[in-house]
Amino acid sequence: MSTPEGHGNSARGGDLVKRHRLSTRVWHWINAVTLLVMLMSGLMIFNAHPRLYWGEYGANYDPAWLKISSARAGGREFGYLQIANTRFETTGVLGLWEDPEGRTQRRAFPHWATIPSRYSLAGARIWHLAFAWVLAGGLALYLAWSLLNGHLRRDIHITRREWKLAHIWNDIKQHARLRFPTGVAALRYNVLQKLSYAGVLFVLLPLIILTGLAMSPGTDAWLPLATQIFGGRQSARSVHFICAFLLVLFFLVHIVMVMLAGPFNEVRSMITGRYRLPPEKADAPEKQP
Amino acid sequence: MSRLILSRRHLIRAGAVGAGGLLLSGCDKLFENRTFRETLESAEDLHQATQRTLGRDALAREFSRADMSPMFRANGSREVADAVYQRHLQQDFAQWSLRVDGLVERPLDLPLSMLKGFRQRTQITRHDCVEGWSAIGQWTGPQLGPLLDLARLKPEANYIVFHCADLYNGRPYYESIDLVDAFHPQTILAWAMNGKPLEQAHGAPLRLRVERQLGYKHAKFVTRVEAVASLDGIYGGKGGYWEDNGAYAWYAGI
Repeated sequence: MSTPEGHGNSARGGDLVKRHRLSTRVWHWINAVTLLVMLMSGLMIFNAHPRLYWGEYGANYDPAWLKISSARAGGREFGYLQIANTRFETTGVLGLWEDPEGRTQRRAFPHWATIPSRYSLAGARIWHLAFAWVLAGGLALYLAWSLLNGHLRRDIHITRREWKLAHIWNDIKQHARLRFPTGVAALRYNVLQKLSYAGVLFVLLPLIILTGLAMSPGTDAWLPLATQIFGGRQSARSVHFICAFLLVLFFLVHIVMVMLAGPFNEVRSMITGRYRLPPEKADAPEKQP
Repeated sequence: MSRLILSRRHLIRAGAVGAGGLLLSGCDKLFENRTFRETLESAEDLHQATQRTLGRDALAREFSRADMSPMFRANGSREVADAVYQRHLQQDFAQWSLRVDGLVERPLDLPLSMLKGFRQRTQITRHDCVEGWSAIGQWTGPQLGPLLDLARLKPEANYIVFHCADLYNGRPYYESIDLVDAFHPQTILAWAMNGKPLEQAHGAPLRLRVERQLGYKHAKFVTRVEAVASLDGIYGGKGGYWEDNGAYAWYAGI
């Protein structure tokens, strides 16, 4: 997001102003496709061994903290997700579902959530490990570029004032009431936005890349610290999965916020870079297109 | 003006729906496109080059006895149907020997007792399966490098192929590595696991340990070690059972 410098303070609600830089827009869409491919191929890789462990090792004989499977009880077969000792029945979605040909499948994630849609660990690995380069390279370039052009300092940097609990609490209340800033104020990210974008840029994405590297036996040889800081390869695999889950959560909230803030204006600003400032309450009507 | 915006809005919407649909249902189709697939698969070369640049001689982490898995899962072929193999198994491989040949000056037949006489290496390492699970176990056996030195590799040898006694889904299992991994100090032909002679399920009498790669590279029931210039023409030509029959990467360090 660019600050309204070019427009000075003369921009008002209803004006079409420049918002997102080209680097942000290009990275956003490349990343959107990349993350979707990474997620769906990752779910297929998970299907090869749908259990998660803590520690260095973990296989079928070892206790899993998360497991997706199917079982029979009283002649009925069902799919389930088990976290610690709690089972949630997930028949039809996880562990037991029907493929497009109507056949019963007992894999963890269903065909519509995976790449490839038919079970193929080798195929999923080809997708996942190629797009991993796009994800890591794209993030590195974007962060370096955003540092140079001031995007991070101007738009993402959380000021001391914003860190105050009262400020954050006020922002939470505004969000809960679905009250969004209008006029030029809408060009600035609020603290909750900054926290989520910074969390994705500096925590979730780097963590998911690092845990990915930590699972590679080759990397573990020359960079053992990558695996050790997570407490072992299976812990790294668990953290990798948790990060993916949190990124999905971010995506869902992101989509909801875009819908609430005006999907056309928001999507346009991320494609063309131009954003129509939400009208201030008083002088809005005549500024409508 | 408003008409323009509307059409642009439609365009964006159509684009979004189209892109989503293409991604969700078209990925399988895209993957069938040879150029696209080969582009994705070429990342394997990038992985290998990166790993070799950053850690060509790096050692895989070794663990203590306390870190070992209580149970080590056996995978792939757990038994070998071959009658000759079964006879050797019953004799504790007393009459069995490992063949070392191909592009070598001096082909060898090394009985198991002789293999145990070489300088032994014992290592407690983590075995990482391509499926995602890991198990830590202890492996003992002679390093591969000195055996190859004894057989004297010809200069044109580039790869070492491991022929196995088992058939997997009716086809002979085999694997191959390059010379960097063949002469890596942790690359051993293990005859013992967790302090006992290898069980059949874990690949008796010999299992390749190539510690910085995934489990399917660790060929079990190794009967012959062959030095070759190229992997072309050997079984399916891609350097291993899973590489030939499942599109798995030959370089499995990731």
